[in-house]
Amino acid sequence: MALHDSILRVVLHEGEGARALSGAECFSAVQALLEKGFPVSRPRTTGTPNHDGKTPVLVAGAFTKSRTTTAGGDEEVAIDESGSGSLLQAAETARARAGSPEPGAWLPWFPVIDYDRCTNCMQCLSFCLFGVYGVDGAGRIQAQQQDNCKTHCPACSRVCPEAAIMFPKYKAGPINGDVVSDSDLQREKMKIDISALLGGDVYSLLRDRSERARSRFGKERDADKALSERQKCLTKLGEIVADLPPEVLASLPSPIQIARKAEEARARAAAAMKGN
Amino acid sequence: MTQPPPRILYCHCRYAQVVPPSVKDAVLRQLCEAGVAFEAVPDLCELSARRDPEMARLAAAGTVKIAACFPRAVKWLFASADMPLDPATTEVINMRTGSADDLVPSLLSTEMHPNLPAGKTEPTAAATATEPELASTPGNTAPPAS
Ligand code: SF4
Ligand code: SF4
Repeated sequence: MALHDSILRVVLHEGEGARALSGAECFSAVQALLEKGFPVSRPRTTGTPNHDGKTPVLVAGAFTKSRTTTAGGDEEVAIDESGSGSLLQAAETARARAGSPEPGAWLPWFPVIDYDRCTNCMQCLSFCLFGVYGVDGAGRIQAQQQDNCKTHCPACSRVCPEAAIMFPKYKAGPINGDVVSDSDLQREKMKIDISALLGGDVYSLLRDRSERARSRFGKERDADKALSERQKCLTKLGEIVADLPPEVLASLPSPIQIARKAEEARARAAAAMKGN
Repeated sequence: MTQPPPRILYCHCRYAQVVPPSVKDAVLRQLCEAGVAFEAVPDLCELSARRDPEMARLAAAGTVKIAACFPRAVKWLFASADMPLDPATTEVINMRTGSADDLVPSLLSTEMHPNLPAGKTEPTAAATATEPELASTPGNTAPPAS
């Protein structure tokens, strides 16, 4: 997926050559467009809509004369009594023509770092198995591959000792961006301690479980048992890393891959720390 | 000289149910009925991840009122897209925690109540940890190769 393409924007034109929209017309057009993933501007100015030239634009309005392009060359579509169907169709066509990304192809779930809190400790980078985190040229932690993040998985926010990782679409605070209270912070720190008590970290827990499963598998040659052991091991991870969704657990790599990925992530974190 | 009214940005939080649909629809409806200029985006989170140039246009708008979710989240969504908001001229209206009747008057008022969390404005000011701190944190315990 090319995350960095601009999404086509629809501009409601109520200036020259078009009448003002009623509240109801505006609401029905804007809501329909937003639901289909189009940003909308209602500038309420009299001239032709201005834009940055980087974002593809479709101009929509209740035009008094029929035209297909504005003076600035932007494509136009009429808003009329026939409902939002023709508007949406025109927007879809313009989007396809502009090569603008389709909405809904990716659910925007990813970590957002609060740099007022972040201490650049790199725990998140070490922890994440999916390569979401990286460092910038100055060695600062960044969420770089947002679309690698596993939808609804807030696990890295649980390992951050500073409660600096937000998932704005998460259900509860402070992960959703609500203010961080002292008790939240204590709880976040406690979680790290609990994980330490359990044997260092979740990766080593997974590895130990996996080794036990392998040795049993060697003796018993029982593939079902090995599988159930792996499932138990993943369930345990789910207990430690609170509210890890089952679909994320199911898509986790094997314990061996986890060990390798964790090693790679740790090496990247150490290299980033050296560079600081 | 009179100040231009604050720009209004409405986030529809398209891909999640975290903003109650009844609140966001009522806010949008009243915004349309008020006949004011506004920008509406399906999902600010998505624009941020895409580093969409729209974010720059919105961040550079001067005084701006943003109807979305928690101010801390909105602040860092813009900042992480390299388009930081000016804390002195930004007010975030949190649709996750209020009713439309409470929120719309603030959104439409020309009076500003800036409320982004104080602190840094950009990731570039991130603090750096020392190496021993990295080594001592349990999350960094590397498993030996299997
Ligand atoms: S774990 Fe938290 S404090 Fe540490 S680098 Fe990641 S976001 Fe920053
Ligand atoms: S900024 Fe907040 S309200 Fe907007 S899409 Fe993201 S989580 Fe939803």
